[in-house]
Amino acid sequence: MSTVIEVKRLYKYFSTPGGMLHAVDDVSFKIEEGRTLGVVGESGCGKSTLGRTIVHLLESTGGQIFLEGRDITHVKGKELAKAREDMQIMFQDPYSSLDPRKTIEQTIMEPLLVSRRYKKSEMYQKAQELMELVGIDQRLSKAYPHELDGGRRQRVGFARALALDPKFIVCDEPVSALDVSIQAQVLNLLRRLQKEKGLTYMFITHDMSVVRHISDDILVMYLGQMVEKSPARELFVKPMHPYTRALLSAIPSVDIHNPNKREILKGELTSPIDPAPGCRFAARCKYATETCKREQVLEEIEPEHFVSCCRVRELNGLP
Amino acid sequence: MAKQMRIKRNSQFLDIMHRLSKNKAAMAGLVLIIIEVLLAVFAKFIVPYDWNAIDIANANSFPSLQHLMGTDELGRDIFSRIIYGARYSLSIGIFATLITTVIGTFIGAVVGYYGGTFDNIIMRILDVIQAMPPILFNICIATALGSGFMNTLVALAVGGIPGAVRLVRGSVMSIRKVEYLESADSINCSKMRTIFVHVLPNAISPSIVSATMNVANLILTAASLSFIGLGVQAPTPEWGAMLSASRNYIRNYPYMVLFPGLAIAITVLALNMLGDGLRDALDPKLKD
Repeated sequence: MSTVIEVKRLYKYFSTPGGMLHAVDDVSFKIEEGRTLGVVGESGCGKSTLGRTIVHLLESTGGQIFLEGRDITHVKGKELAKAREDMQIMFQDPYSSLDPRKTIEQTIMEPLLVSRRYKKSEMYQKAQELMELVGIDQRLSKAYPHELDGGRRQRVGFARALALDPKFIVCDEPVSALDVSIQAQVLNLLRRLQKEKGLTYMFITHDMSVVRHISDDILVMYLGQMVEKSPARELFVKPMHPYTRALLSAIPSVDIHNPNKREILKGELTSPIDPAPGCRFAARCKYATETCKREQVLEEIEPEHFVSCCRVRELNGLP
Repeated sequence: MAKQMRIKRNSQFLDIMHRLSKNKAAMAGLVLIIIEVLLAVFAKFIVPYDWNAIDIANANSFPSLQHLMGTDELGRDIFSRIIYGARYSLSIGIFATLITTVIGTFIGAVVGYYGGTFDNIIMRILDVIQAMPPILFNICIATALGSGFMNTLVALAVGGIPGAVRLVRGSVMSIRKVEYLESADSINCSKMRTIFVHVLPNAISPSIVSATMNVANLILTAASLSFIGLGVQAPTPEWGAMLSASRNYIRNYPYMVLFPGLAIAITVLALNMLGDGLRDALDPKLKD
């Protein structure tokens, strides 16, 4: 298995009147072919910015991005266009991610048209195939987005992302705007096509049950930093970082004999503008001590299980 | 492509026309404008007299069967002059608006899409033009270039550009951060393709409405320029010029002022009704 996307010490800062906003701060990971990395965290923690930076919709402030081993951090022009054909993005809001004045067919055909690799008749053919692939009826090819429901629109967005046969797709909360019944349909479609085409996903969400359903590995972010990264199964069984534990305890339990003990977090996100060094979660963490004010390191506590917390061994009863 | 299933459906243009057709006032406006345009185009076959034929014997005669709207101080048939005048008044309004809208939309879209310093520089330049009162600005251009049909047209067109740019720029900026533009980026659309294929069609409705209203405004402005003697010159039967020429006779022969004035008023009213209707018809949220 080869690594499709690798991110090394990626930074994305925005300059604001108040100072530097640390949206993504020192994030590193790699995703193997055919696997899904779930990225979770609360609103404003930088997960969407991370996704957009990787597909070059935003320019990174520092760090490196590798696509199949090639450094694409600073590619421009033709090379950028080529890299983008291999990595696409699917957006959260199915209402604003499709051009309201283009028909479904036009929207799906546009990547083919722009790539200039297809003849007109081939494009119609390909568009039909794509619509079939994502399960949109042919009769809707001349419909406008406002005539479709959210699930169908999201399928159209997916078909557009698939048009150029990418290897890697960033799914930026693709189901959080949909009804639960439709969420399942879209998630199953994503999984089915992942199997068929060997796609690699980075799946951004704040919904823990969704991420459990779809991910192989999970990355937990807090205020632009990675706090924990581990295989999905292990994370749900053995969350180690206090923030991950609180996040997981927020999933409602259906078992009345074994109700969840909620860990209620106090306070709100501290400001991401010029944050103080040390653990950014410390202000809300009930285990915080003086040592938390020092710079935290991401440590491999167990194989493949990384945690960024200086008290992690102590809190989890590890040596 | 043997089995191409093409599903028939209305184009957006037909959709819009369908919604427009339900608005009675707008349709009345549209019909009036079409009649006026037809009259102007086929003026030659409609008018009973040559617009410039002087007939001193019949000067200052009141409206009658021979002269539907009477004659002016030189005995020229006012009805014929008004029909011919539609050519000048309407074409000044329409062509000046066309120039304004095309240039304004282009600049506005580019400036609104790119933003930043580029936007700032262009907008400050346009502010300078907009800072001058429109009539004064037109007077300046008319004096610099001289009066006459083409120069009036140019003066009116240039004066309108800052407003058109502002309008388009505003609506482009309002959709600048929308996700379908990001997705256009991510599928490698060039900047120009993004602007013309995705940004403009979604930002142009206010400009279409404003252009319709602008035609009416320009007809009025052209009329006022002619009235103060800087626009289209005397023998040309432009409606404003006719008003201006006949103002001395308003006490004894009010019809000389009445008919050109009515022509202007009806045209402006019709265009405004059409513009109002278009505003409703172009709003995609009002789809039935």
